[in-house]
Amino acid sequence: MNDAARTTIDQAEVDRFTAMAAEWWDPAGKFKPLHKFNPVRIRYIRDKAAAHFGREANTHKPLEGLRVLDIGCGGGLLSEPMARMGAIVIGADASERNIGIATTHAAQSGVNVDYRAVTAEQLAAEGETFDIILNMEVVEHVADVDFFITTCASMVKPGGMMFVATINRTMKAMALAIIGAERVLRWLPKGTHQYEKLVRPEELEKPLTASGMQIDERTGVFFNPLMNQWNLSKDMDVNYMMLATRPAA
Amino acid sequence: MIDILIAGGGYVGLSLAVAVKSAAPHLDVRVYDAAPEGVWEKDERASAIAAGAKRLLTVLGAWDEIAPESEPIRKMIITDSKTADPVRPVFLTFDGEAEAGEPFAYMVPNPAMVRALRKRADALGIEIRQGVSAVDFKTGDACQTVTLSNGETIDARLLVACDGVRSKLRDIAGIKTVRFDYGQSGIVTTIEHERPHEGIAEEHFLPAGPFATLPLKNNRSSLVWNERTADADALLKADDLVFEEELERRFGHKLGAIKVVGGKRAFPFALTLARDFVAPRFALAGDAAHGIHPISGQGLNLGFKDVAALAETIVEADRLGIDFGQLNILERYQEWRRFDTFRMGVTTDVLNRMFSNDFTPMRMARDFGLSVVDRLPGLKNFFIRQASSVGGSGDPKLLGGQPI
Repeated sequence: MNDAARTTIDQAEVDRFTAMAAEWWDPAGKFKPLHKFNPVRIRYIRDKAAAHFGREANTHKPLEGLRVLDIGCGGGLLSEPMARMGAIVIGADASERNIGIATTHAAQSGVNVDYRAVTAEQLAAEGETFDIILNMEVVEHVADVDFFITTCASMVKPGGMMFVATINRTMKAMALAIIGAERVLRWLPKGTHQYEKLVRPEELEKPLTASGMQIDERTGVFFNPLMNQWNLSKDMDVNYMMLATRPAA
Repeated sequence: MIDILIAGGGYVGLSLAVAVKSAAPHLDVRVYDAAPEGVWEKDERASAIAAGAKRLLTVLGAWDEIAPESEPIRKMIITDSKTADPVRPVFLTFDGEAEAGEPFAYMVPNPAMVRALRKRADALGIEIRQGVSAVDFKTGDACQTVTLSNGETIDARLLVACDGVRSKLRDIAGIKTVRFDYGQSGIVTTIEHERPHEGIAEEHFLPAGPFATLPLKNNRSSLVWNERTADADALLKADDLVFEEELERRFGHKLGAIKVVGGKRAFPFALTLARDFVAPRFALAGDAAHGIHPISGQGLNLGFKDVAALAETIVEADRLGIDFGQLNILERYQEWRRFDTFRMGVTTDVLNRMFSNDFTPMRMARDFGLSVVDRLPGLKNFFIRQASSVGGSGDPKLLGGQPI
């Protein structure tokens, strides 16, 4: 298969999310876990990005002027906060309907995000480059992880960074993220995640380093049921995030 | 569209506005208050400001203005006795310092506190409108559309109700309350005495309810005198001579002759707890969230704790670019405050039920309890820390004297 015919889109996955898209922005709706998870991952992104680009994190608009790609932006749960923090944001999603919802919502909230119904490979072909690429809860839904990560990495500017968040392919993740979250707690619709599509850290690290990026940090993210909140943790067996940077030219 | 509309311009609404605006000057924060211009200056009440609340007021830049009018409470004496007892045996004393050199509370006249906060609000460019209240609101996807008493409407990302224990906005939001009525009223007034009070606050648990004097400046004390509601009303209607005679029976002669110098008012005492503190784009703070029995003097300090937690929740979310009106964000404030409020509400409820009776075995049991507390430094320190609202590391920053 040559690269032109290769695609990172898995149509069945796109359809499944499109069906749920109208509920993106209801914090009490189907995306409740994502809303709950949002502050901890945004704080992580903000603090790391501010440190990397030499800015004060805990202030108004710490990401002023940085060019950010939110790939697989869905309803815009990450894109809007990034834009409010001052970044110039492109929100990309393969689903036209998600882009429609995200655009409508951004207009309602008065936030400026450039939403585009495109794929990573289309953006790369257009020659787009970014200071920060957010690859959050996406890789476990794409058809070809290796190609997808390589494509995204090619758009990171020298001195830029990429964040990847996903779910590990372990028995613990099977128990907690699939059986626990989908069937027992019903936080997520049944079928949101499939075990065989989950991604091990080394499966991200291989294409990242092959693309000339260095892995700066790996961190687990764990839900504390007593505090009813997500916390960063050393345990990467279930949810985890990875930070990779491209050395300055 | 504005960012935050605060309904109610009392100390809770004002300090919330100042706390948010100091940390996030780009937010458009407005305070609308139902009372006509200048009414706040006529409030004759004084409030006990715990050490934690004082730290908050210091960070907000209001304390320097308040300090000259405040009187530190250096010692607190608690007794349990019958109304006619000539000597009230002391069961519990707090030589209160929250930290070395920091008294655990200060008595502050309410207008002094409101004046200082209004001054800060003006300096920060916060719009305060008197005589205009929020009378209705409709929750949309991106904002609340609030209808004002003058017919105007205004869109706000978040509406905060600081409109008191009988909050209309709370009812409109459909938030139910749990309410216990004690059938008691507290007579509140200011008295002048011949000799200085030496910064001592006294709380006497009399059969009808607690009788407390709290030190003010210049040989004056603030009085909170609980009676069954009918008795309180009768005392207010009685002429001054009768009132002062009844007052002397309770207060005694230790500070010489006493005289009532302020107006007298009675406030019914009840415990009102809101079942929820938040709804989408809506939050309750202060008495609108919790009206508690004033037996432990914690109502106002709970209000300041609300302010510290809500302001931090709003500002932290805003700095992450997250819409702070979203329910999942506001729920953090609710989780932060609800347990503490519930515990304080129940504690004061139990205290009041325990002390407001003259049943001898109960009296012996509680006196034994108070003596035990007095002799166990660990337990006593716990109570002092509770009373001064200085808590642990999970507390909002403002209560620890840190800016957000």
